[in-house]
Amino acid sequence: MSATTAGGRLPSRRHYRVRRYLVEALCMVFGLVLLVWSLLPIYNIIIVALSSHDDVFSGTVWPEHPSLHSFVIVFTEGFWYLDNFWHQFGNSFFVGFMTMFLTLFVGSLASFAIGRLHLRQGWLLSNAALMTYVIPASFLAIPFYRIMQIYGLSNNLWSVIAAMVTFATPYAIFIFSQYGKTIPMELDESARIDGANPLQIYIRIYLPLMAPALVAVGTYALLLAWNEYLYQFLLLSTPRSMTVAVALAQFLNSDESPWNYMMATAIIYALPPMILYYGFRRYMAAGLTMGGVKG
Amino acid sequence: MSTTQQAVPIGRAVGRARLRRAAWHGGLFGHDYVWALGFAIPYIAIFLFFVIYPIIYGLWLGSEPALYSELVEDPRYTMALVNTLVYVGVGVNLHIIGAFLLSGFFMRKGWWVKALLGIYILPWATPALPAFISIHWFFDGQYGLLNNLLYSLFGIDGPVYLNDRWLGMTCNIAAYVWKNMPFWTVIFLAGRMAIPQELYEAAAVDGATGFRRFANVTWPLMANLYFVCTLLSTIFTLGDFNAVYFVSGGGPGMSTEVLATLGIRYAFTLSMPRLGVAEVMTALPLMVPLVYVLMRKLRVSGQQL
Repeated sequence: MSATTAGGRLPSRRHYRVRRYLVEALCMVFGLVLLVWSLLPIYNIIIVALSSHDDVFSGTVWPEHPSLHSFVIVFTEGFWYLDNFWHQFGNSFFVGFMTMFLTLFVGSLASFAIGRLHLRQGWLLSNAALMTYVIPASFLAIPFYRIMQIYGLSNNLWSVIAAMVTFATPYAIFIFSQYGKTIPMELDESARIDGANPLQIYIRIYLPLMAPALVAVGTYALLLAWNEYLYQFLLLSTPRSMTVAVALAQFLNSDESPWNYMMATAIIYALPPMILYYGFRRYMAAGLTMGGVKG
Repeated sequence: MSTTQQAVPIGRAVGRARLRRAAWHGGLFGHDYVWALGFAIPYIAIFLFFVIYPIIYGLWLGSEPALYSELVEDPRYTMALVNTLVYVGVGVNLHIIGAFLLSGFFMRKGWWVKALLGIYILPWATPALPAFISIHWFFDGQYGLLNNLLYSLFGIDGPVYLNDRWLGMTCNIAAYVWKNMPFWTVIFLAGRMAIPQELYEAAAVDGATGFRRFANVTWPLMANLYFVCTLLSTIFTLGDFNAVYFVSGGGPGMSTEVLATLGIRYAFTLSMPRLGVAEVMTALPLMVPLVYVLMRKLRVSGQQL
């Protein structure tokens, strides 16, 4: 390749072109493999949801009589596992949005104190956040469950919200501190000279300028709360208090599980976060590159 | 994205040093401390009530030495320990190396590469629960799509994947890699895009192509990111509950459990919370050095990046 770029003689240029097409073709084949790899489980969930009960157990690659019957069942709550489906959907939304608001609230206040007001023990707080960020949530689940009972919050949506805020705030503080450094401190100083107190600076200057980071972290917190399973499963036990994630996993409890209903439920559950994800993809990517990483 | 990225390094270098000085010597904002404390109180409260208290409570729950001898004698625990090492060791390297190579692939130009990237990140956008339930059914020996495909395409009767310990672990790892590789690919892609094009041009002038270009330009600049991502992913994988719980379900006979799922199983299925906590605690010797190195790394890169 180096010879051709340097010389550019005719025979070698043709050689170079053939080689380039070959590489491109190989890449396309590889891309095709990657496409199949990415889509297989998604394809699987869709065909099971479209199948009738008999089709699910017939061993075919595409259902014989594809229908939207399972989705109708879910929408009309027509199966006993799904009796409270819309209520549970509402619960998931409630948990998601509360987590989002509280995470933004607590996170932005803390990062304002650390980054803008230069709280003397700020480094301690950032380290606390960093530590929480790297402790796997599943390792804290058992004591957390006990503690929620002590607080009198068992089988209460607020216990889940508390858990989700706990695990989302460190990331928020991390991102906000990183992003906050791009906002010139002179703005705060001139506001102070005009007689603004920290609260006014926080509301009038800090929050509006942090908007992109707020969107990124808000999306992150909302998705975290919506997608989380373990804590919701442990902390919520009655059908009325469950979120969709817990209700969905309940299907696995019985032996003759209606897989088509389950997959239809799973698709409806997966759609809001996926729409949100693709809608805010730009912000998500910005958030990741701004601060660091989180799965 | 590009605007924020460009703005980041400029703002930081100037603002920080000067303002720290103002805060130390400025005396002018003496009552600031009270304000700052007030702003920090919600987070301090959350940290104390929902992080510190559970940790101390957990340490207390798992403080009996007898629990640990009980653990060591339990064959399920030994199996889970081995499984965890395999799961983390193989899973992490597989998907981090894969993500690193794929990020190079996605640097290629062309509309179809962009479109493919949009589809490729679908697993990341999909919530864990539906994805793993689907994969569980996908691997079902009798009715699963994989064996159906194998049979209708090649006439092969596939094995009953989830009835065997190591096949089950393979399925778990495959599911985990499928779900998490896109995320790390996007991270590496961002890292690669941040490398100034001039470096590559300079390398080309010096005659570096192919592997030498990678070894002398790309890798030195990406090595730190690669290291941090590997560490972070190790911790995430160690604590991962969903993949194992839903794909193999820990079966057959609790032979594919990992530490994260076995602890929950002990505590809630077998009602032995103390044993569950003790089981989680045995991951500490692995966790503490990881957390320590990672906290140092993240703090340093957080200030310099």
